[in-house]
Amino acid sequence: MSNRLFVKGNEAVCMGAIAAGCRHYFGYPITPQNEIPEFMSRELPGAGGVFLQAESEVAAINMVLGASAAGARVMTSSSGPGISLKAEGISFMAGSELPAVIVNMMRGGPGLGGIDASQADYFQAVKGCGHGGYRLIVLAPYSVQELYDLAMTAFDLADRYLLPVMILGDAMIGQMKESLIPRSYDPPTDLPEKSWAVTGKQGRAQGNTVKSLYLADGALEAHNWKLHGRYQQIQQQQVRCETLGLEDAELLITAFGSAARIAKTAVEMARQSGLKVGMIRPITLFPFPEKIYRQATERCRRILCVELNNGQMVEDVRLSVDRQAEVRFYGRPGGTGSMPTPEELFKQLQKHYKD
Amino acid sequence: MAESVTTVFERPRSLKPVVSHFCAGCHHGTIHRLVADALDQLGLQDQTIGIASVGCSVLLYEYFDIDVVEAPHGRAPAVATGVKRVHPHSTVFTYQGDGDLAAIGTAEIIHAANRGEQITVIFVNNTTYGMTGGQMAPTTLPQQVTTTTPFGRQIETDGNPIRMAELLALLDGTSYSARVSVDGPKRVAQAARAVQKAFEIQKNRGGFAFVEVLAACPTNWGLSVIEANERVSQEMMSYFPLGTYKDLTVSATGA
Amino acid sequence: MSEDVFMAGFGGQGILLIGNLLGQAAVIADLNASFFPAYGPEKRGGAAMCSVIVSDREIASPVVGQPSTGLLLNQQALDKYYPQLRSGGLCIYNSSLGNARSCQRDDVRLLAVPANEIATEIGNVKLANMVMLGALLACKPMVAMDKVKEALEIIIPERNKRFVPANREALDRGYALGSKRVPL
Repeated sequence: MSNRLFVKGNEAVCMGAIAAGCRHYFGYPITPQNEIPEFMSRELPGAGGVFLQAESEVAAINMVLGASAAGARVMTSSSGPGISLKAEGISFMAGSELPAVIVNMMRGGPGLGGIDASQADYFQAVKGCGHGGYRLIVLAPYSVQELYDLAMTAFDLADRYLLPVMILGDAMIGQMKESLIPRSYDPPTDLPEKSWAVTGKQGRAQGNTVKSLYLADGALEAHNWKLHGRYQQIQQQQVRCETLGLEDAELLITAFGSAARIAKTAVEMARQSGLKVGMIRPITLFPFPEKIYRQATERCRRILCVELNNGQMVEDVRLSVDRQAEVRFYGRPGGTGSMPTPEELFKQLQKHYKD
Repeated sequence: MAESVTTVFERPRSLKPVVSHFCAGCHHGTIHRLVADALDQLGLQDQTIGIASVGCSVLLYEYFDIDVVEAPHGRAPAVATGVKRVHPHSTVFTYQGDGDLAAIGTAEIIHAANRGEQITVIFVNNTTYGMTGGQMAPTTLPQQVTTTTPFGRQIETDGNPIRMAELLALLDGTSYSARVSVDGPKRVAQAARAVQKAFEIQKNRGGFAFVEVLAACPTNWGLSVIEANERVSQEMMSYFPLGTYKDLTVSATGA
Repeated sequence: MSEDVFMAGFGGQGILLIGNLLGQAAVIADLNASFFPAYGPEKRGGAAMCSVIVSDREIASPVVGQPSTGLLLNQQALDKYYPQLRSGGLCIYNSSLGNARSCQRDDVRLLAVPANEIATEIGNVKLANMVMLGALLACKPMVAMDKVKEALEIIIPERNKRFVPANREALDRGYALGSKRVPL
């Protein structure tokens, strides 16, 4: 008997978070991620943790800010409209160098949009949803297992680089159930101590200050160069990406998250029908796997980017290949009945393979 | 000779020996001191975490010798909630101005109070946005001229000044709500007692404690220090009466 | 082995429950499974549907454009999804709430299951979903029946545990019917 479970994506991300030592969650209901606060409200008290349903997304992210400043591993979750509200707090956390994990189970937009799967928040996640020019590490799980595994990774990355990490899922992987093998958490031994956390001075000579305001001459610039250096480090050290069939591919398909799941079946169909199709699936959206695209285009000159939106990641793909390959796009913006099928993507592959 | 010298007045240990950026006649300095005195007297300095808000009070960490988190505008009660839930045995207070607490942060303060968060809130009401240059605040008095009410605050179009001490007293989660002022020695002494009480309540895990302090802003009011100090009692107190609006510690002991 | 099933009916017929149950049973049998529910405003009272894939390999897309098997519990579902089934596929439909007059494809096998009648005989019309799942398992032995029964203990909420025996019986009745009439 294996320890294989059958779990909903929204619950898997919570299980991974709790396994990684997250004991504080602050959030606000919004579809399609409600199983996350529901799971946390059920499980955290028994684990000696705190669940609090905030009065708003704005309050929730600021409770996260406070808990993070106090040194805790803390998480919040939402979907597009709620992430917009959290943007203020996320910017403050980025400026204050505070770690946290933020889950966005994307739904269609703009505005209230719809509650079905979409990848329309790529720009919001990857380009910094709030003000001031910062970066988040953005992880894009494409399965229930990855939601679990990457939740653990997210906490480690947040604590290592002192910034909020976003797990960018969507209604599909949040709502679907799959096999899950819950691995035990193996904490890295080289994470920096949280000596900056506020605890009360407790005999320290100096009080700790967690802040994002820099008014002295040159202080803000120096702070931004420091953050920039950290982002560069992240780009060098933390790229995660899955590739398939790059050796002989004549056409590459690229997609992340849910779209990549569907694309993977389309690639199998293409291979079975004799088409040499390969695939690049970024798992980190920031840092973006630029080099992998560039290397792949040394032999394959055509990439089809597939997204559940009208074209967002495709811009980063184009920047990455730097005109060395032809980048085409196929997308379906989210909404009820708008999920592309593997058969549909297979047809696209056939079409773009030929001309 | 030395043993005959008695110290009767000194800088509170919870304040740093630095010069503040506050304008002449501004009451923030006095209120900072009252908070620091309370922390000293209750022996809380080493376990206290202050939450700075956005406005003139943002530089709390430059003056208080304690741990401080700087909150986004209006969100200090939510940040305080996060801190307190991680360190339930610490002392957590927010220090917020009127724009911060009573306009952009209305939801956060009401819900923190309503949850009965075990925090202390010091609310400085000077009827204007000091840091940004004297715009209308939610507490700006009727007819008061500010940089965004150049013809005086019009109730019909700009709404009414909001009375937070009374409003928060209505919530079941609030244990203590009082309004004090620091415009004269006697009132400073009264304010000191209220601030101290608000920290005692937290120390005894007695619930949410709120102290509104009426304060002068001579710079943005366009008044001299003396005139500004006088305005607090002459104009503000009729709209914002001093008093204790709720005190569960009293009813709990039957006193 | 890789099997995909598309299940559809009214909200309230327990479509998501049997989809969930099949996936859970597959996982107990150490197989991979995906369960992808339609999640929409039409959740209650309206249409309910889900895709379930059971496989001994890694499952890529949980979305299926042309399902190989349809388990369709009312007329609406039959009308809408029968035409989408893959050539060579199987359609099991609830003949208590739908007729196959319009189902004229010769490349899709058809099995009628009077699920509501059988469920009523057992004592509760709400068991029609289990009758249907039983029939499916007879035609497509993707997971052993004992694993499905084991999964019932996990999937049926605590407050409804007393209905587990009736659910088992409904599964058996559907299975028996499916075994007798495996469509050619």
